[in-house]
Amino acid sequence: MIEIKGLSKSFGKKTVVEDVTLKIQAKAITSFIGPNGAGKSTLLSMVSRLLDADTGEVLLDQSDVKKMKSDSFAKRVAILKQTNHLNIRLSVRDLVSFGRYPYSKGRLNEEDHKFVDQALEYMNLTDMQDKFLDELSGGQKQRAFISMVIAQDTDYILLDEPLNNLDMKHSVQIMKILRKLVDELGKTVVIVLHDINFASVYSDRIVALKNGRLVKDGPTHEIINSTALREVYDMDIPVQVQDGCRICVYFNSHN
Amino acid sequence: MRKNSTKLIILAVIAIICMLLFAFYNIQGGFSYAFPKRLERLFAMVITGTAIAYATVAFQTVTHNRLLTPSVMGIDSMYEIVQTIIYFALGSSSIFVVSRYLNFGVSIIAMVLFALILYRFLFRADKHPIFLLLLAGMIIGTLLGSLVTFMQVIIDPVEYESLQARLFASFMNVKTELLFISAGIVILAFLYGTRILHKLDVMSLGRDNAINLGINYDKMVLRILILSSILIAVATALVGPITFLGLIVSNLAYQYFATYKHWVLIVGASLISIIALVGGQFLVLHVFHLTTTISVIINFIGGLYFIYLLLKESRKAG
Repeated sequence: MIEIKGLSKSFGKKTVVEDVTLKIQAKAITSFIGPNGAGKSTLLSMVSRLLDADTGEVLLDQSDVKKMKSDSFAKRVAILKQTNHLNIRLSVRDLVSFGRYPYSKGRLNEEDHKFVDQALEYMNLTDMQDKFLDELSGGQKQRAFISMVIAQDTDYILLDEPLNNLDMKHSVQIMKILRKLVDELGKTVVIVLHDINFASVYSDRIVALKNGRLVKDGPTHEIINSTALREVYDMDIPVQVQDGCRICVYFNSHN
Repeated sequence: MRKNSTKLIILAVIAIICMLLFAFYNIQGGFSYAFPKRLERLFAMVITGTAIAYATVAFQTVTHNRLLTPSVMGIDSMYEIVQTIIYFALGSSSIFVVSRYLNFGVSIIAMVLFALILYRFLFRADKHPIFLLLLAGMIIGTLLGSLVTFMQVIIDPVEYESLQARLFASFMNVKTELLFISAGIVILAFLYGTRILHKLDVMSLGRDNAINLGINYDKMVLRILILSSILIAVATALVGPITFLGLIVSNLAYQYFATYKHWVLIVGASLISIIALVGGQFLVLHVFHLTTTISVIINFIGGLYFIYLLLKESRKAG
């Protein structure tokens, strides 16, 4: 289990994350939501040690993340950020093979190749594994990066806005795959989302942030309702139930 | 497309032909005198070539920038400054000039220190566009260059002659006594350098992805920057500044090999580097009959190539 204790971060005079404490439930999808500048991505970066926290600590199964060896951490927690511009030419398979680096240190064995094959299969990329990344569309590229993270075979997968720049079809595809990762493989997924309806339909738990502070943390149905959302977004968000899904209809809302 | 291993073999064959030509072509004035001299120069060129190739490729990977090299950022000018200051302040008969070891040591320490200070600036500025960094590098370079010129015009003309000889890269008067210590440092650096080739592959995916895959990124960046400045400093102190060599060979290697694998890129860049140095020196000796020096040729071709790369990049950006 990942525990976040009193995490804070400032850039210059601006406090971006302030004293956030929460537990991330294992084998579930947890979505971080909140307005722009709420500190969602910063929080995720600190959990995944891309960024050092000013104060507070992150515990992975009771041990301090900062004190863990970086390659053993890489076998347990994977992080994928939203911007992945590469200036090197890689095929899809090359990229996914990088996911095995924590285990193979660059020399892939039989088992590593098997994991790579499986990860490609999982993201429906087997047919295009020899294509170069710069030949792919945004959605395919995103799938290739997620496939790398799957090949990494970690218990925890953290994703920073994986739906950014994707159309509806690809967004749904990716969310379904994340669901499968949790339901079939028992992974724990933490994800920063902008689209509140994707958060509502696909996640088990929701963590809402505002101005760097934690405002809500609970099962999805407790957060996706007008009163709670008003607190997070400062706007009236009517929630309608459609086929068992709670959908926020905020497009015509009065502030 | 040819396979990369075939390409490497082709380059290796060309490099060996260049070396054989250089060692045996038109040997005059007694084999037993000329041959060891030629071998010495050859040895110096191989050390310099591989050191510059490794340093440049590794540097460009950690800075994610294929136009910057330690030399373009001004390590070379630091060498000129150190030498000029020594001549200016102490004169050509001082111990710092006469003792090659002392001069070598002082130059290397100054260059590595300068590089580290520069990198601090570079890292703080890593959010800024590349042109700002290049501009900053050029401005610092120009400032230091003017200082050097200023000192050079007021020192004694005889001293100036002797200083000038040091500031041009030359394989004709390789400092033999420095050859082995340089080789020792370069080999030590490569012992570490070859162990981190896979790490360099991962680091070319960018900071976030590299950390995700378990690389201790910031520590590795610092180590690699120190490693590449040591290599460049040794090469420069051994033969003098060859500013654009690293830039040419690294970019030719990227173009020719089109791979992310650093062992291919670095071996390839080293071979190209050896071909450029040995082949170039061969031309200087037997075609230009010493009317020019290798650093002039390489800086001329390299400068043109640099402009070409800049134009290509800016067109891509626009």
